[in-house]
Amino acid sequence: MTPPRRRRRSPRNDTPPRPAGPAGKEGTGGNPERLYVVAGPDGARADLDLVTLIVARSPDPPPSATPEQAALLRLCAAPLSVAELSAYLSLPFSAVTALLTELLTAELVQARSSIVRTALPDRSLLEAVMHGLQRL
Amino acid sequence: MDFKGSETIPGPRAEDQLPHTAQAAVKIVIVGGFGVGKTTMVGSVSEIRPLTTEETMTQAGIGVDDDFGSASKTATTVAMDFGRIRITDQLVLYLFGTPGQERFWFLWNGLFEGALGAVVLVDTRRLEVSFDVMGRLEERGVPFVVAVNSFPDAPRHPVAELRGALDLSERVPILECDVRRRASSRDVLMTLTRFLHSLALTGPTA
Repeated sequence: MTPPRRRRRSPRNDTPPRPAGPAGKEGTGGNPERLYVVAGPDGARADLDLVTLIVARSPDPPPSATPEQAALLRLCAAPLSVAELSAYLSLPFSAVTALLTELLTAELVQARSSIVRTALPDRSLLEAVMHGLQRL
Repeated sequence: MDFKGSETIPGPRAEDQLPHTAQAAVKIVIVGGFGVGKTTMVGSVSEIRPLTTEETMTQAGIGVDDDFGSASKTATTVAMDFGRIRITDQLVLYLFGTPGQERFWFLWNGLFEGALGAVVLVDTRRLEVSFDVMGRLEERGVPFVVAVNSFPDAPRHPVAELRGALDLSERVPILECDVRRRASSRDVLMTLTRFLHSLALTGPTA
């Protein structure tokens, strides 16, 4: 029995087909909008990746913190990724980034940037990952 | 559920906490069709109990302050399971298992753009499900390996035949695995990392 054959999409430079989701109202290329759209002071949201590590600057939330902010601050007494915060708080990723934008602005948390693959990842980084996996 | 401590929101178990020296994190994305074993693979290699992050889609934007998490009933929720491996005291690796539909990918900022690479998990009973995924990764320039999850009743194809069917170059590793086994899942990740390393040595074109 032979497997089915994949047919490559022709020329690489073709515009990828747009997703079939509902069209965004503001010409966002047909992508559906996130439910949680929270504007910061100037409408900007911190550029946070799923694996950006977040650490609270102080173990004790200030009295002014909302319950959600306080819960988040308690969780990241030790470094925790945005994805983990989303999981433990049972909040969508975008809601967590909105909360974190407030906390970053108020300097209550610190964000340790994720390593982004630029063209190709650093070889020493990959060697570290290999060694880490070998220990598993 | 095991709630440790008296907090209303259970956080990581004490042994799952990252050291304060943790400075940076990298991620690998495991992508494949429904039921192909993404979650199983994440669970078999993760050092923490796998977690789920989700994102909600709707056409209307609703303020989070007005309706904290309760307005999602009319919206579509897309979930993504993930796990974590501590590489060093400074570096952490996260593994995300994501559905193959591109319309979900943009929900998580830079899911693929920021990833080291991807594992395309394949079930030979439904090989065609993975075709689109590979095309999308190629278009985005995300390096990937193909891992064939060996289901007992699935047809077995020699790797050369699979390579031809998937129209992949000789460079792209294809391997069989049993994602229920930690060692096997780890081998898949090792193969990807070695492949990325070879790309870093020789450049992406060859």
